[in-house]
Amino acid sequence: MSEGVTKKFMYLNRKAPYGTIYALESLEVVLIGAAFEQEVNLVFIDDGVYQLKGNQNTSVNSGIGVKDFSKTYRALEDYDIDKLYVDKDSMTARGLTEGDFIVPVQVMDSAQLAELMQQQDVILSF
Amino acid sequence: MKFSVLVNEGPYQHQASDSAYQFTKAALEKGHEIFRVFFYHDGVNNGTRLTVPPQDDRNIVNRWSELSKQYNLDLVVCIAAAQRRGILDVNEAKRQGKDSNNLADGFRISGLGQLIEAGIQAERMVVFGD
Amino acid sequence: MLHTVNKSPFERVSLDSCLRFAKPKDAILLYEDGVYGALAGTRFESTMTEALKKFRIYVMVPDVEARGMKVDRVMAGIQPVDYAGFVGLVEENCPVQAWL
Repeated sequence: MSEGVTKKFMYLNRKAPYGTIYALESLEVVLIGAAFEQEVNLVFIDDGVYQLKGNQNTSVNSGIGVKDFSKTYRALEDYDIDKLYVDKDSMTARGLTEGDFIVPVQVMDSAQLAELMQQQDVILSF
Repeated sequence: MKFSVLVNEGPYQHQASDSAYQFTKAALEKGHEIFRVFFYHDGVNNGTRLTVPPQDDRNIVNRWSELSKQYNLDLVVCIAAAQRRGILDVNEAKRQGKDSNNLADGFRISGLGQLIEAGIQAERMVVFGD
Repeated sequence: MLHTVNKSPFERVSLDSCLRFAKPKDAILLYEDGVYGALAGTRFESTMTEALKKFRIYVMVPDVEARGMKVDRVMAGIQPVDYAGFVGLVEENCPVQAWL
């Protein structure tokens, strides 16, 4: 179908989890994107940084009654997805530190992320 | 030039589908190729033929169907998002044991791989959403 | 690259974030409720005046007119486009990032 073509895909997440479905459905695209052997850059800006908060406590049968999908972020490395970038200003503005996150991430300033953005072939924003 | 379009919101609630339609139409009229329009999140609701908007307003679903017919446009509804929201074609309705289907003319249901392929094949990807 | 902003700056941070991540010479298109950020006489006018020094900024005229205004309410320096103009911006710039 598209053999041999590798493009740089950025998945840019700017929405908090649970309030809307964007975070969960974005993650579903990311996993498929990795299966297509495209370069995957996962970026979290604005409220998107809340997606990575550890200790999310909900299940279909308790709490808000919604599946906790945050564990999927831990599975990303099994798909060779290791480029997770968090915008530093978004993180600090929300009182978060790297220690809050469910997986290791690379914290970048806006200039670095802006540069990364320019290098992409495709940006899927959620 | 070859474009792909991603529509993340349903019809009427948000302007996203309207803007995506106007963009797609303008691109086609300029002679560009639209490799695919992919409908995701609530955007899958653009693909139900059961909508009945007031007669003095635009019919968003029919508008997409007609554009598809005119330009042989590939309109793809994400299967996972569609199943969550009750959008089914004949085969899916059968497979899921449902008593009805509702996919509009010109749309087809397929996997998320079609979105990735749209990104790979097209020279530009334009996202419309909320 | 091209950035699109379709949200009012009074409601969301989309425009703020866009301006934070855009690089000099980038194109920015304000459309849908994003057009409110292009108008003269709002509290975002000084922000946009600064932004115009760095970026090429465009506004979707059909969205301005739908909302009860004419192009004469748009700040000087912000260039009016229609949907064909939007297509042109996508032709000229890659990638495209939608600040939803």
